[in-house]
Amino acid sequence: MNIINYKYAAPRNFYRLAGVLTPWFAVITAALLGIGLYFGLFVAPADYQQGESYRIMFVHVPAAWMSMFVYMILAGSGAVGLIWNIKLADMLATVSAPIGASFTFLALVTGSLWGKPMWGTWWAWDARLTSELLLFFLYIGFMALQAAIDDPRRASRAGALLALVGVLNIPVIHFSVQWWNTLHQPASISAINKIGAPAIHPSMLYPLLIMALAFTLFYFTVALMRMRAEILQRERHTAWVAEIVGGEA
Amino acid sequence: MNWSEFFAMGGYGLYVWGSYGCAALVLVGNVVSAHYKHKTTLKMLRDYSRLDEAGTK
Repeated sequence: MNIINYKYAAPRNFYRLAGVLTPWFAVITAALLGIGLYFGLFVAPADYQQGESYRIMFVHVPAAWMSMFVYMILAGSGAVGLIWNIKLADMLATVSAPIGASFTFLALVTGSLWGKPMWGTWWAWDARLTSELLLFFLYIGFMALQAAIDDPRRASRAGALLALVGVLNIPVIHFSVQWWNTLHQPASISAINKIGAPAIHPSMLYPLLIMALAFTLFYFTVALMRMRAEILQRERHTAWVAEIVGGEA
Repeated sequence: MNWSEFFAMGGYGLYVWGSYGCAALVLVGNVVSAHYKHKTTLKMLRDYSRLDEAGTK
């Protein structure tokens, strides 16, 4: 099989592969969610300062991490599509946007629900919250831009450029709690001191990490599902899609 | 374990369960919309191919 053939076969092969992988990803995600929720809600003790309210962390922190992780995948695959003209990369960027936007929304809402009892306010225009809100608007902007352009190739290119500019916001979100004096508490686990001593007890750390893993796998499950629809849509003029459409009628 | 105590979450029940409820909605919404997208795309393509066939006959 030569390179040209491979290039044309990629969406078709990926469509099949995604169909096979999706149920496995879904099962593992559900299992991890169950374990994470059990340890987070039943096993982990109450926080000495925040009482039971800190349990919001088990959904808030994974959602916030995913909002940034998905954005990096979106921008990264957008760049790959832009440079090497790889259709699947363009599609991954497109399907990641609504998922990432939903995680960002969840991070903002759960943050608000945590902020009210702990800080006494639903919202503050501080650096962490504002940069996370900007991330939400970047996702919305990306989707609106792609929806406004009919030609998928041009839509992908424009979207990738916007996404790449928006990458600047990611370090701002991450370091905002260090650079500025914010209402938001500093990170309990930072990449730098992870191996040393994270400022969080293992009984709270493990459920958090399990939930984060569950959210990550959840993203891949939904991305695979959305990729299948996106591939059908963009490859609708090919013989193999016609076969699927005709065959399942 | 005392369930009413569990649901009260030390007085933070509204905030904690509100957060978990929102998380559940976002997760379920993602799955439903991804599934629906695949279904509607297939249906749309099927309708188009029928129209094509009708046009060529």
